[in-house]
Amino acid sequence: MIKLLRARIRQGHRTLAYPDGPPPDLPERFRGHPVFAAGGCADGCDECAAACPTGAITLQPALAVDLGKCLFCGECAAACPTGALTYGRDYRLAARERGDLVVTETETVRLARALDAKARRLFGRSLKLRQVSAGGCNACESEINVLSTVVWDLGRFGVQIVASPRHADGLIVTGPVTENMRLALRKTYDAVAPPKIVIAVGACAISGGPYLDHPEAHNGADSTVPVDLYVPGCPPHPLTILDGLLRLLGRLEPEGVQRREQ
Amino acid sequence: MSAASRLARLKAGAALPRPELPDLSWTDFAAALLDATARGLRVVAYFGAPEERAVRLYLVLADDRGAELAVGTTRADGETFPSLTPQCPQVHLFEREIAEQYGLRPEGHPWLKPVRFQPPLRSLVAAPPAVAGITDFYRVEGAEVHEVGVGPVHAGVIEPGHFRFQCHGENVFHLEISLGYQHRGIERALAGGPDRRSIQYLETAAGDTTIGHGTAYCEILEALARCRPPARGSALRGIALELERLASHVGDLGALAGDVGFLPTASYCGRIRGDFLNLTAEICGSRFGRGLVRPGGTAFDLDEPRVRKLLERLERAFADSRSAIELLWDSASVMERFEGTGTVPREVAEALGLTGPAARASGLDRDARRDHPSGIFRFHHIPVSLGDSGDVFARAYVRWLEIQRSATFVREQLAAFPGGLARVEAGAIEPLRLAASLVEGWRGEICHVALTDEKGRFERYKIVDPSFHNWSAIAYALRGQQISDFPLCNKSFNLSYCGHDL
Repeated sequence: MIKLLRARIRQGHRTLAYPDGPPPDLPERFRGHPVFAAGGCADGCDECAAACPTGAITLQPALAVDLGKCLFCGECAAACPTGALTYGRDYRLAARERGDLVVTETETVRLARALDAKARRLFGRSLKLRQVSAGGCNACESEINVLSTVVWDLGRFGVQIVASPRHADGLIVTGPVTENMRLALRKTYDAVAPPKIVIAVGACAISGGPYLDHPEAHNGADSTVPVDLYVPGCPPHPLTILDGLLRLLGRLEPEGVQRREQ
Repeated sequence: MSAASRLARLKAGAALPRPELPDLSWTDFAAALLDATARGLRVVAYFGAPEERAVRLYLVLADDRGAELAVGTTRADGETFPSLTPQCPQVHLFEREIAEQYGLRPEGHPWLKPVRFQPPLRSLVAAPPAVAGITDFYRVEGAEVHEVGVGPVHAGVIEPGHFRFQCHGENVFHLEISLGYQHRGIERALAGGPDRRSIQYLETAAGDTTIGHGTAYCEILEALARCRPPARGSALRGIALELERLASHVGDLGALAGDVGFLPTASYCGRIRGDFLNLTAEICGSRFGRGLVRPGGTAFDLDEPRVRKLLERLERAFADSRSAIELLWDSASVMERFEGTGTVPREVAEALGLTGPAARASGLDRDARRDHPSGIFRFHHIPVSLGDSGDVFARAYVRWLEIQRSATFVREQLAAFPGGLARVEAGAIEPLRLAASLVEGWRGEICHVALTDEKGRFERYKIVDPSFHNWSAIAYALRGQQISDFPLCNKSFNLSYCGHDL
């Protein structure tokens, strides 16, 4: 017993102050929202697009990155001869519409707006979610799991991952939706009583990610169920997922906590 | 001359010209396999590859004492080949995989069922498309016998798989595990590579083993290009591999504590796992090590202040781990649930060809870091951690031993971090080679085998995740257990679904 108490004292209180306090420190080499250097591209250069494993980068009419396809691997930034494209430390990436994830020099990601008033009355203080991995590699799944640890303590926002779709208000989907999981995803969705929401976490669940256009998979969750929130990343940092959830529930001001210094 | 001596020999992390591979008759091939396994060699890969109007079977065995691999091939004409599973159980799943991927039926296989419900890579015989989860499940009949089906969607945040229990009351007679729900077509897509997406497939083959699979892949490319990564890059790969092990093992011990309702360790370890992941993120920006391991070395380097910071944070996370984990062994309520639950005896572990902590917990002294060392492990050795009881306790305790030894290794590597470059140019891939690599990931041995064509492209790329060997052990461990102990047994292995399904 004395050992238990000693360990308890040593381990201390670890729950983050965020969102009332500042967000936790992200590592210096964290790759978040892309940063474009104004007019930085060399004429006719397509090195970044050629290096991208998922075709997330388009050059016409202007350099654009689709964060729904982006793996944040940094291959494009490494290939860029002029430093026109780099990855900053802004972790806020989640959006409500698929098109909002395409960013350019002039347009950052259009951050998720809150659910409408009626949905917020239903889900704003108690949101129960069932997770379905449909071809996920266990990285997104792990980062969702992390939100239930004492550090992130998702329960304090009234959000909980539950064991059955019958107990749930919606789904968190990971993975590109493999052919072999498509029916199970559909059935799980159908088993949730309406009104319900779907959150797609990770590049696979948004676009197929590395498995884009594989015949064994279906290019993400919205091939099979309607999606209300897209959380980019491969995998997204837990802070990115939490930020998206809180925005969806209207728990963060539209401008959110102040933008972290680059 | 023994039958096994017909096999070609190479080191793990090396390549052989394909014309030097022995092309054996079926009789010689089967005799070599049976002779070699009787001498204690292990089957680390056994797979098909397309050949004109036939399939060629490739066998890769690990000779742990000789620190070598042994390779043989045979041409399979027609629609069948004789199953060797009755004499050598460790090939059971490999033969089922060959049947599924190439439509080649192993005659006499006692348990011929789908592996992943995947479309064939190539088939000479037309087969109806497989539907996940539709197969002839084993069934026990009789009064008071009932069947419990679980999944593919589970209660936790966990990947999908289907489990079917034949029960008598609470007692489990038999558990059948049917996977394949995560199949994404990785091996099919790797053929024709390497290209810009190849390494992403390997980094997400089992996403919690990004460093392990990434390293196995890069060692293949380096063997094919005759490139040797510099000491600094090798050390950093080793550090990342052990950090991956530390994070996963700490997380597993927390989850095991959670499954027996021991909340202090469960909640502390859940957090400490994140501290180790954050160390990896400190190195490369990604908590899972995405983008770190690249052909020729590592894409990131460490400067002096970063090394110091990592050392400090490692000590803190390790001290926290000790305080959290040692509570387990002192708590009678935990030990009562761990001990004697889900036992896999040594003979069974050996027959099934288990690998990783699950094998070592049953007393099998095997660890690719020592037996087939590559990179930094050729110069710095991590003592192998063994258990003997083969139960949940042994699998948990082996993890704790490995945590301590990995922490020591990372500490030593950071303290004496080599100078020079972290990465060199890997160079062009040689045509018509077979290359094989073995990396001891946190779940066990990861084996990759590549065959290049005359243009230096992958003709076939074979991935064997440790889970592929170990899933059968969970089915075995559940025999005679209470069904309520399934989560605990399952977690004590913590196998990968996507690593199996690919």
